[in-house]
Amino acid sequence: MSDDKTLAERLRERGVSRRGFMKFCAATASMMALPPMMIPRIAAALEQASRPSVIWLSFQECTGCTESLTRSHAPTIEGLIFDHISLDYHHTLQAAAGDAAEHAREAAMEENRGKYLLVVDGSIPLKDDGIYSTIAGMTNLAMLKEVAAGAAAVISVGTCAAFGGLPKADPNPTGAAAVSEIITDKPIVNVSGCPPIPTVITGVLVHYLTFGRLPELDSLNRPKVFFGQTIHDRCYRRPFYERGQFADTFDDEGARKGWCLFKLGCKGPVTYNACATAKWNDGTSFPIESGHGCIGCSEPNFWDKGAFYQPLSSGIWGTPSALAAAAAAGAAIGLGSAALARNRQEKACKENDA
Amino acid sequence: MSLLDFAKGPALQWSLYIFVFGILWRILGAALVRRTKDLSSPRVSSGERVTGGLKTILTRSVPPESFETRIRFLHITGYLWHIGYLVVVFLFVPHILFLKSAVGFDWPGLPSTVILVAGAITLATLVALLVRRIMHPVLRIISTADDYISWLVAALPLVTGFMVVMRLGPPYETMLAVHILSFELLLIWFPFGKLMHAIFVFPSRYNIGAIFARRGVRA
Repeated sequence: MSDDKTLAERLRERGVSRRGFMKFCAATASMMALPPMMIPRIAAALEQASRPSVIWLSFQECTGCTESLTRSHAPTIEGLIFDHISLDYHHTLQAAAGDAAEHAREAAMEENRGKYLLVVDGSIPLKDDGIYSTIAGMTNLAMLKEVAAGAAAVISVGTCAAFGGLPKADPNPTGAAAVSEIITDKPIVNVSGCPPIPTVITGVLVHYLTFGRLPELDSLNRPKVFFGQTIHDRCYRRPFYERGQFADTFDDEGARKGWCLFKLGCKGPVTYNACATAKWNDGTSFPIESGHGCIGCSEPNFWDKGAFYQPLSSGIWGTPSALAAAAAAGAAIGLGSAALARNRQEKACKENDA
Repeated sequence: MSLLDFAKGPALQWSLYIFVFGILWRILGAALVRRTKDLSSPRVSSGERVTGGLKTILTRSVPPESFETRIRFLHITGYLWHIGYLVVVFLFVPHILFLKSAVGFDWPGLPSTVILVAGAITLATLVALLVRRIMHPVLRIISTADDYISWLVAALPLVTGFMVVMRLGPPYETMLAVHILSFELLLIWFPFGKLMHAIFVFPSRYNIGAIFARRGVRA
């Protein structure tokens, strides 16, 4: 449950120095592309921030989003910030189980009605009244509606919650849907990615704590500050793309030299995310840096956009039979028009002869 | 389905079907019309007629010196934009990969910068040719809607392609979809307008060359 201690007090209790705290604020401002003058404001806002209650609902998901968040950030200072929100309900991280866990959720909702943040990972099955995924005998659909009703805002973490993700992939047997398809009367932020970048999740929370509102969003409700540019725009391999230097296979000379992975199916040019700048595993690298092309996991329906290893510029050219039919139809019309023309010519010749 | 998925999928397929349909229609329609009988006695053997036809395919690519001063602008700009267009279409790596997905094989490409320069020269030449068409009193009179539509559908992929590469206008994926759609417009218009000369030009030259050779014309 949330308590009255401010974040600053809690950080001091945990032995975090002022200097370390300010460094975190500067890093956060930089990550969110805010001017340096905003650093004191972030610090002041965070120092005064009391722990907001957060209810985290996991629906049709793989827990990869939680794994990403916890593994990548504990024990960094970002982890502490996350530690200092009041995470009142989270399947993977909570100690309580069964009825006790559900009571904790209900109590948090009651105590913080209208003020708590709802974080969702996973899509919601709608087919057959949503029976394909239930928690404590309650369908995901019913739980989402119930919890969202009292939330200040909803953060859809991961591509499943944001856009439907893998469960929604064709043929979508459970009728999986994104949060935004169900909840339409609350502010929703989509932090997409499979999984999303941990610092992006933290960044959205920090923005909310600092400014008391959600960050500016793009047309897909993603924070522009993190999803404003494509992977390709910020990729360190971009110069190779411009020079026409591409790896043809994953183990050829080009791959060894770190050339562009466009030919190997990299979806970087159409994928909006901060991987190339924020990176993963405490800023170690991101998929392209590790030698694999971007699969476009932060974009809607990325599972159904063709093969991961097919170049982005590949077309779907149609079937040979359809092409043959088009050719046959064209030939028939061509023969017909030639026959008509010949007929007219013959007539004209006869008239001339006469 | 996003606009890009539509452009790379159904729109591409249907434009290709229309392209194939139209090409077959035009080729057979033109090839099978009644030919006027040439009643003159042939001046050369049938073998020499073939040679004459083939020779004309080449000789018509280079204007006679006596004409050169009067048509130098067209001669240079004609070559410039055709070669530039072919370079952009067939030597830009994303285009090669696009075509590879149809034909199953690829070939070496050129750096993006070279393609950008080739595209800029091509587009500038096309604009110059359009201005000339509009300004030249005779050319303006003999120009039809077909000329302007053919110019437009040929120029649009270049313009949209530039916008994609230079990150201008709408978001990249939308602009890429518009670029692919503009190419599909070209595919659809190709068989039915003057762009069809790309298919007819060499057979026509051969035909004229063979007829001239039969009559002993040295042209």
